[in-house]
Amino acid sequence: MTAVATQSAELAIVAHDLTRRFGNFTAVDHITFDVKAGEVFGFLGANGAGKTTAIRMLTGLLAPTEGSARVAGLDLKTQTEQIRHRIGYMSQRFSLYEDLTVLENIALYGGIYGLADSEIAERSASMLSALGLTDEMVSRLPLGWKQKLAFSVALLHEPAIVFLDEPTGGVDPITRRQFWEMIYAAAARGTTVFVTTHYMDEAEYCDRISIMVDGRIATMGTPLDLKREFDVPSIDELFVRLARPA
Amino acid sequence: MTDPAVVVSEVTKRFGAKVALDAISFEANHGELFGLVGPDGAGKTTLFRILTTLQIPDSGRATVLELDVVKDLWAIRSRVGYMPGRFSLYGDLTVRENLSFFASVFGTTLKEGYSLIAPVYRQIEMFADRRADALSGGMKQKLALSCALVHRPDILFLDEPTTGVDAVSRREFWDQLAILRESGLTIVVSTPYMDEAMRCDRIALMQDGRILQIDSPREIGARYPLPLVEVFGRDRYRLLLALRKAPHAHSVYPFGTKLHFTDDRKNYDRAKVAAELRDYLAREGFGEIEINPIEAGIEDRFMDLMPSVQRAS
Repeated sequence: MTAVATQSAELAIVAHDLTRRFGNFTAVDHITFDVKAGEVFGFLGANGAGKTTAIRMLTGLLAPTEGSARVAGLDLKTQTEQIRHRIGYMSQRFSLYEDLTVLENIALYGGIYGLADSEIAERSASMLSALGLTDEMVSRLPLGWKQKLAFSVALLHEPAIVFLDEPTGGVDPITRRQFWEMIYAAAARGTTVFVTTHYMDEAEYCDRISIMVDGRIATMGTPLDLKREFDVPSIDELFVRLARPA
Repeated sequence: MTDPAVVVSEVTKRFGAKVALDAISFEANHGELFGLVGPDGAGKTTLFRILTTLQIPDSGRATVLELDVVKDLWAIRSRVGYMPGRFSLYGDLTVRENLSFFASVFGTTLKEGYSLIAPVYRQIEMFADRRADALSGGMKQKLALSCALVHRPDILFLDEPTTGVDAVSRREFWDQLAILRESGLTIVVSTPYMDEAMRCDRIALMQDGRILQIDSPREIGARYPLPLVEVFGRDRYRLLLALRKAPHAHSVYPFGTKLHFTDDRKNYDRAKVAAELRDYLAREGFGEIEINPIEAGIEDRFMDLMPSVQRAS
């Protein structure tokens, strides 16, 4: 117990035997892993492997059936509410309000996260200039810009960890790479990035990845180590080998 | 069957102030697996909706199987199979009921269409009595493909069939398309995944309602106009920023564990580019760097052709 407590200073996420059952179906089956602070961690798996259920547990949206986890040093079972203030989340599909302007969206989320008006004003200004955006209706922005904005908004309250669920789906290849540069920049500032993707080249951008198969973590490591260990030329090959259903 | 299977000539479609398709032209041949490759907003879905007679172009002309998409809509509808981007089956019907329904709409039966759909349908047949809503993403996609095939169409239109689908199911899906293509079916398919485009006979790169280039996947890469090398080393982000400042840097992009560096000197020897970069990076304090001259891929070419996109800051 003390070991976990001391480790958690450098570990953003520590999951131990985390499990979720729905009726007699086990969506997440005793997964144990940790993510270091400031790490870009790729959470891969086939559709239905249990990724979304695991993320919903780690973000405090779904209670585990079994097992335990610490997120940003806080206990998932007893400190769920505090965890929500320490994490950012960006979903698969765009999560901002289309019929509000860029600044209105920032102000709304800033308010939800409990930021002071002065902080919101300051961060809004720096966000607009960093993204090169003007204050217009969000519905008028191209998809790639919306995704970059949504990521920035997920970082608005300076969370310790940001969860990104397929942030780059359908985005053009240049914007996809710009998005990853934003991820690197956030990680360089110390933010832990927990990301899912179906683009296997993006998996190789991560410091470490795990691959979930049927509710369990089939393997975990740096992309380079995993390619050596399994003797495959790419993570795509590894993914297909591990995740192809029997 | 003299004309190509699909002929699109100067087709334009606007929605209010937005130009979804801007005077697009291309042809897809009989028996060809033709890919429309581009991100969301490129105009792929609008193009499919026009080719399947669900929308009328503002100007320009298009034919499918020598039938005009505006005048001959009813004749076209019975001969095309269409799998829209969004799951469009009946969630509260079973797998078998969905198939029978789509067969009956076209005046045929599941039995008559069985041989064509068999390679796909066999993989989900064990779930024939399961409600479509209860299928996994990969299985839904197989059912949707079966439904698009059950009336034995002469041409198949697939709008982003693999979006949001994992890498394994994507690969299986493309294996099935290869089998259908072998049987002689003409297939027009769209995808935002550049790696999938390699499996097409020819592809059109699309962006913002325009076609940037049409060619075989291999030729698309070969048309890359500048010397390209890949760079591999530790501390990739710092390396990326350093490479952007290198003399003659045209563009630098991450590709998996590597970085692709394009030199701005046309016809300059790639081996020389590699040697100069090696010296530059050594001066900047990077050790253990690997640099190799490479041929450009589809994604390199696509990014090079993309207009009006702000380069990474």
